[in-house]
Amino acid sequence: MKVLQRFTVAAAASLLAILSASQQASAQIKIGAVLSATGPASFLGDPEKKTLEIYVEEINAKGGVNGQKLQLVVYDDGGSADNARTFATRLVEEDKIVAMVGGSTTGSTLAMIPVFEDAQIPFISLAGAIQIVEPVRKWVFKTPHTDKMACEKIFADLKSRKLTTIALISGTDAFGKSMRDQCVAVAPKAGITIAIEESYGPRDSDMTPQLTNIRNKVGAQAVVNPGFGQGPAIVTRNYRQLGITLPLYQSHGVASKQFIDLAGPAAEGVRLPAAALLIANILPANDPQKSVVVNYSQKYQQKTGQAVSTFGGHAYDGLMILVEAMQRAKSADKSKVRDEIEKTKGYIGTGGIVNMSPTDHMGLDLSAFHILEIKDGNWALVPGT
Amino acid sequence: MAELLQFVSSGLTVGAIYALVALGFTLIYKASDIINFAQGEFVMLGGMTTVFMTLAGVPLPLAASIAIVATTAIGVALHRFAIEPARGASAVSLIMITIGASIFLRGTAQIVFDRRFHSLPPLLGADPIHFGGAAILPQSLVVLASATVIVTLLWLFIDRTLLGKAVLATAANRLAARLIGIDTRRIVEFSFAISAAIGAIAGILITPIALTSYDVGTLLALKGFAAAMLGGIGSALGAVVGGLLIGMIEAFAAGYLSSNYKDAVAFLIILVVLIFIPQGLFGRAKIERV
Amino acid sequence: MRKIIDMRLLPVLAITAIVVVLPYFFPSAYYYRIGALVLIFALAVVGLNLLMGFAGQVSLGHAGFLGIGAYSVAIGPGYFGAPSWLCLFVGAMLSGVVAFLVGRPILRLKGHYLAVATLGFGLLVAIVLTNEAGFTGGPDGMSVPKLVLFGWSARGADAWYWIAGATFIGGFLLALNLMQSPTGRALQAIHDSEIAALVLGVDVARKKLTIFTISAMYASVAGSYLALFNGHITPDVAGFLRSIELVAMVVLGGMGSIVGSLVGAVVLVVLPQALTVFHEYEQALLGLIVMVFMIFLRRGIVPSLATKFAGWRK
Repeated sequence: MKVLQRFTVAAAASLLAILSASQQASAQIKIGAVLSATGPASFLGDPEKKTLEIYVEEINAKGGVNGQKLQLVVYDDGGSADNARTFATRLVEEDKIVAMVGGSTTGSTLAMIPVFEDAQIPFISLAGAIQIVEPVRKWVFKTPHTDKMACEKIFADLKSRKLTTIALISGTDAFGKSMRDQCVAVAPKAGITIAIEESYGPRDSDMTPQLTNIRNKVGAQAVVNPGFGQGPAIVTRNYRQLGITLPLYQSHGVASKQFIDLAGPAAEGVRLPAAALLIANILPANDPQKSVVVNYSQKYQQKTGQAVSTFGGHAYDGLMILVEAMQRAKSADKSKVRDEIEKTKGYIGTGGIVNMSPTDHMGLDLSAFHILEIKDGNWALVPGT
Repeated sequence: MAELLQFVSSGLTVGAIYALVALGFTLIYKASDIINFAQGEFVMLGGMTTVFMTLAGVPLPLAASIAIVATTAIGVALHRFAIEPARGASAVSLIMITIGASIFLRGTAQIVFDRRFHSLPPLLGADPIHFGGAAILPQSLVVLASATVIVTLLWLFIDRTLLGKAVLATAANRLAARLIGIDTRRIVEFSFAISAAIGAIAGILITPIALTSYDVGTLLALKGFAAAMLGGIGSALGAVVGGLLIGMIEAFAAGYLSSNYKDAVAFLIILVVLIFIPQGLFGRAKIERV
Repeated sequence: MRKIIDMRLLPVLAITAIVVVLPYFFPSAYYYRIGALVLIFALAVVGLNLLMGFAGQVSLGHAGFLGIGAYSVAIGPGYFGAPSWLCLFVGAMLSGVVAFLVGRPILRLKGHYLAVATLGFGLLVAIVLTNEAGFTGGPDGMSVPKLVLFGWSARGADAWYWIAGATFIGGFLLALNLMQSPTGRALQAIHDSEIAALVLGVDVARKKLTIFTISAMYASVAGSYLALFNGHITPDVAGFLRSIELVAMVVLGGMGSIVGSLVGAVVLVVLPQALTVFHEYEQALLGLIVMVFMIFLRRGIVPSLATKFAGWRK
């Protein structure tokens, strides 16, 4: 038993040694990020992580911010809110960050908010749901459009095509469920009736039973599919397999060229709301976002060899809003930076033009979204959106 | 009627996928009593290796062959470097090693490959076959046919070859098998090789339907394990029947009851079946000697 | 007789001493958080170890009970205005009742069949938590009100370190007592040979059910703590991977060793934190380390090392 005791003490001592070895002092501006780089939400976290790394390197190559270099500390929460919370504590207590970008999912963001509120550190989330910025929290901001805006944009397009009765098929993952709730909530106001609702699991490989029920539902004029990951690609394939001819709407959750590759010819004619980033090349030259989105997508493609997704763009916007706020504040003081983030006006990013205020910690409006249609295996802008 | 047929077609598609994964569990269990939780990673490796080979310009048949050979080698390596050195450890410890291996393979795959979803072209085209108002993809039939072929081959192998008899003997009593001169270590290694190959084949065949990514293995292993247990672990026929049954239940639950709870319905039925048939549908009850 | 009691209490005293002394070396609240997480998981693992190590029954669905405990302290105060501490007890009772009802039919299953049945149970809990968004907030989860006891609210990581530490030591003592009781001896007989135990007149089914119920209550309390500590809870807490993690803690630390439960929790909570310095390679390394541990310390860290040390001494 003495042996055991000795062993436990030794284990505890080596534990402390391991933990403190990961600490290192530095006079740089430390920015933290907790992203779901692996796990079910790696669809979001992977491009976000790559984007932050690319741009922190670039900013440092140009001399940093206010003469100081940025240091990025990234942790991977693997999609677990519990891990995110632990890493948030670590960023605050151990790494002593001055600002935070990230939180790929709504669940991990909500789990981390109390940590950064207590520590009074500005926190720019990259997650979608509206409850992150509503009610407004002093230290919390976000860059992506909300699910609610995506629903409103889709519904507006439906109305313009005189389609008012829809079927909803959504993923039971966090993204799909959250957007589904928002769509159901705003439907009555938008004059849309949801005739039938179906769902699928995040890793399902066949959705024909659900789509068969939708096909058999009399009155449905269009189908909306909130979801992300591989689910929407399979829904789209099954949709064509069953020969359903109603207009199909996907969400901003599949806004990446990869969706077209995965869904193949079945993706023809699918519409979805998306930021200007996806259509960088076909955007008119006089569009204010043109140069930002073209530069970002070229840089990302060149560095990673992969096509851009809007999620990486959210990370770009978060980092740039933060950097500009630091430049305006002429310091990395947490509370001054926070005040300047809130004063962000006319920031042109990949997601749209951001105008924040004390009552709006996201600063995007519906004009940030365009409705795209997939034509000949590529995105096309639906005129008038 | 058309919708019933469509649900059946969906059930067959999904069920055939589960069946192929479940088959991989069977042989290793038969030879060594180990539930190999890295089986899902074999499936992932088959699919992902083929995808990346074809991206690099290798023609599909060659890419698929390389993927199967590579996965088989990894299966053998898993046995030689992780299972064999722990010989004599309890079943739970060995299962924990396979769980460690699955984390390791997944963690390595995300570096060697990437973290995105990928697809492969279907073998017999993408145009659905219509019958009675239902539509089924030719690839689903390919998966179904492959499961049938693999079961038949496994049965022929076990029943008709000396090596197969050696596997049976090893399964029945390792010590006795060794006493009559069977190299049980080889037999177990062989079972890992074949299971890995079956997993890789499954991965290549289901990717055109279900897509693949570095972490596709976890859920497939979970469903495959459930299917193998429902059918009675160790029985190849049981694995296929179990897989198809779970696929059917999910499809019918999604179609007639609630798509939110289709997985719940599947597991409820598994629970009920096991309560009444504790050794699974085709399993043999083991007699505990005192 | 006196000596035997001393021997038994020695590990408890040693661990109490470590839990009390360790915080003097904690440089920040982050270490308190890691410490608290270790102790919370260790509590659940002690319960699971009673089931796996002593009764020889595998559960791949124990995170389900973690989930019941967690959502009890989230939903109870949130929707019914009940105090958190009461919800914690109600949650533990609920877990006990559920375990009793579920355990009755499924504990008759053997080995891997029991594993798949418990796996199914855990998934059912996770599916309900994900789908009943009206109560649970769905996949994004829900916030959990702070624990308030006699006007004092448990907020910081240090507070939870002490709460979890005290509870873990209590759970440790309870488990030790249980093992020394007639039930404990009967359980070990079941572990060694179920049929032999049956022949000797042990009511095998009943004993297994008792221990399953108790282990569920351990997990439930741990789940409640986790939720109260984090202040936000998602259905992941009840997920399949969580269940596997708990089993891994039991097996790594050592089946049948209560000290091992703590060691298993230490390894699997601290290791991912330490491995972050390896960035992309952290997952691969985690898997590799689990494999190496199991290959070289196949009975688990504590029992294997204890044997080795004992061997060297002679």
